[in-house]
Amino acid sequence: MSIKSYKDAINEALLQEMKKDENVVIMGEDVAGGAGTNGEQDAWGGVLGVTKGLLGHYGRERVIDTPITETAILGMASGAALTGLRPVAELMFVDFMGVCFDQILNQTAKFRYMFGGKAVTPVTIRTMYGGGLRAASQHSQCLYPMFTHVPGIKVVVPSCAYDAKGLLIQSIRDDDPVIYMEHKNLYDVTQEVPDESYTIPFGEANFTREGKDITFIGMGQTVGICNKVADKLKSEGKSATVLDLRTLSPLDEDSVLEAAEETGRVVIVDESYPRCNIATDLSALICQESFSSLKAPIKMVTPPHTPVPFSPPLEDLYLPSEEKVYNAAKEIL
Amino acid sequence: MQLSREDLLKAYKGMCEIREFDDAVHYEFAADAMPGFVHLYVGEEASAMGICMHLNEKDTIASTHRGHGHCIAKGCDITDMMKELYGKKDGICGGKGGSMHIADLSKGMLGANGIVGGGPPIVLGAALTYKTKKTGNVSVGFFGDGASNQGSISESMNMATVLQLPAIFVCEDNGFAESTAKEYAVGGSILDRGKAFGLDSHEVDGNDFFAVHEAAKHVIDNARNGKGPALLHIKTSKVYGHFEGDAISYRTKEENEKIKNEEDPLKIFKKKVTESGLLELSQLEKLENDAKEQVKIAVEESKKADFPTEKDLLTDVYIKY
Repeated sequence: MSIKSYKDAINEALLQEMKKDENVVIMGEDVAGGAGTNGEQDAWGGVLGVTKGLLGHYGRERVIDTPITETAILGMASGAALTGLRPVAELMFVDFMGVCFDQILNQTAKFRYMFGGKAVTPVTIRTMYGGGLRAASQHSQCLYPMFTHVPGIKVVVPSCAYDAKGLLIQSIRDDDPVIYMEHKNLYDVTQEVPDESYTIPFGEANFTREGKDITFIGMGQTVGICNKVADKLKSEGKSATVLDLRTLSPLDEDSVLEAAEETGRVVIVDESYPRCNIATDLSALICQESFSSLKAPIKMVTPPHTPVPFSPPLEDLYLPSEEKVYNAAKEIL
Repeated sequence: MQLSREDLLKAYKGMCEIREFDDAVHYEFAADAMPGFVHLYVGEEASAMGICMHLNEKDTIASTHRGHGHCIAKGCDITDMMKELYGKKDGICGGKGGSMHIADLSKGMLGANGIVGGGPPIVLGAALTYKTKKTGNVSVGFFGDGASNQGSISESMNMATVLQLPAIFVCEDNGFAESTAKEYAVGGSILDRGKAFGLDSHEVDGNDFFAVHEAAKHVIDNARNGKGPALLHIKTSKVYGHFEGDAISYRTKEENEKIKNEEDPLKIFKKKVTESGLLELSQLEKLENDAKEQVKIAVEESKKADFPTEKDLLTDVYIKY
C-alpha cells in the first residue's frame, strides 16, 4: 500500500497487466512518443504522461505509437482483440470519437451479437474526458452517455485512484469491449492504493458515505463533490448517502434503488450535457421502480445545455460545483 | 504461373458455388421469400476465389456488404449462410446478423460489413496480431470503389505501411458506388492512392481469374514474408444492381449486355481452360450442376428451418454483464 495518484494507479495497472499477459499491447498517439525522431524516446508517455515508462519495459513491439488516425487505431485494436491479442487502445481525448465512432458503435460493440455469439473481443479503449482544465469545447466533454446508450460495450468511470487501478485491471481482463474513461481533472488526486494487482467487479456501485436524510449519486469527478457536500451537511446535523456508480454499463440498478429508497430524497450529479444523460436515465429508473418511496422531487445537478466554455469564469459557472449540489440538497431537505 | 488441375477445379467449383448462391438469392428475393437487404456478387467471382485460394484457415479476411462471395471463398458453409439470409436460428450467426454480417471466425472470416469502409481497419488488427505473434499469417480487407473514398481506407493503408503489417487491401472496383459512377466519385486514381501510401500496388483484370490469382500470390507471399502491405485494384463488374430491387436505370441496356456476355469471369475461365485443354467441358459442367444442386438443397433446408424465439433475443450481447 502506498500513496498514488489516479494517473500513477492507471500506469501501474497497465505495467502489471503487461507483465502478467504478453498479449496485452497498448497503442495510440504518442503513448510513448518520440517515434522516428533523433531525440528522446518515450518523450511523452501519453499526452499527459499516463503511459510514461512502459516503453522502457516492453519496447515498441508492445507500446505502439500510431499516427494521428483514430479510426485505424480503434479498428486495429478491435481486430487484434478478435484474433488473439488483448489490446489497450488510447483515444487521447474522448471528444475525438467524432472521427472514429463507427469502429465502436457499428463494429466492436456489435461483433458478438451480429456474429451469433461467436466473437470474443477483449479490447479496452482508454480515453480522457471531462472539464476543469480550461480545454474548451473540443477537449472537455464527458460523452459517456453516448457510449452507455450502445449495447455491447461496457462503460467505466473511476472516481479515485483506488478504483482507477482495480477497474482498469478488470477492464483489461474482461472479455467484452470496455470504454475506460479517465477524468483528466482527477489525474493528480492521490490516495492509498495497494501495490499488488487487484480487480473491482463491474456493475457494483460503491457507497462512499452512508446516511439517512438524503442520497447523492455521482460518477467520476462528481463523486468527490458529493462527498464534500455530504460532509458539510453532516456538520449541519444531516446525514447523507453517496453512491459512486463506478460503471455506467453495466449499471448497478439495485444499489441505485436501494440508495434512493433509503432516504427518499435524491440528488444526481452528472457532468455530462443535461439531455438524455446519466442523471435523466437514473431519474427515470427511480421514478419507475421506487416512486412511492420518494419524499421530494429528484434533483439533477448538471451543466447547462451548451458546449463547454473556455473562459475560466464561464467554465466555473458551467460545471457542477459543491455550491450547486449543496443548494440542490437544501431545496429538498 | 501454372495451376494444377486440382487447383483449377477448385477455383471453378468455388466460382460456381458463389454464382449459384447469389443467383438463387436473386430469385428468392424477387419472389418475396427472403427478408432484409441483399447485395449480390454475381460477376465478381474471380476476385474472391483468385485471392482466397492463397489463404489458409488461420489467415483472415474482412468483407463488405457485397460479401457472399468472400464468405464462400473463405470456406463458410453454404447452407448455414443461406439459413442466415432467411433469418433462421441455425443460420451461421444464429439469425442475428443476416446478409451483411455473415461471419465465421473459425474459418478466418471476420465478417461482412454493413458500413462502407468498415472492414479494413479491423484487418489492421488481425495483421498486427500476426506480426506480434510472428505467425506468418496475413489478413485481407475487401472494399469497393465507393469505399475507396472513405477516410477509413486511407487511414488503414497508411497505418499498414507505418507498422509494416501483413495486410492486403483489395479494392473491388465494379464501377459503381450505389448508383454513382466511379468516374464521377473517385478523384485521381485508386491505384495511385495505394502507391502514395507506400503500398505495393497493382491493377488487375478482375474478370480474369488467372490475373487475380497471380497478382494475389505475389502480394500475399510478400506479406507473409514480412515485406509489408499491398493494394490490389481489381477492375470487375457486377451483373445485378447495388441491392436487390434496384432497377439499374443508371446503366444502359448495352452496358448490361456487355457485362453478361463479355465480362463474365466464369465464361472467360471456361473458355481458357477448355481451349487450352487443361480441363474437359464435362468436368466443368459437372461442377456447375453440383453447385446448382447444393444451393437448391440449401434453399430448401433454409425454408424448412426454425426461426429463433423470444429467448434468443437477449443473448449474445455480452459474454458477462
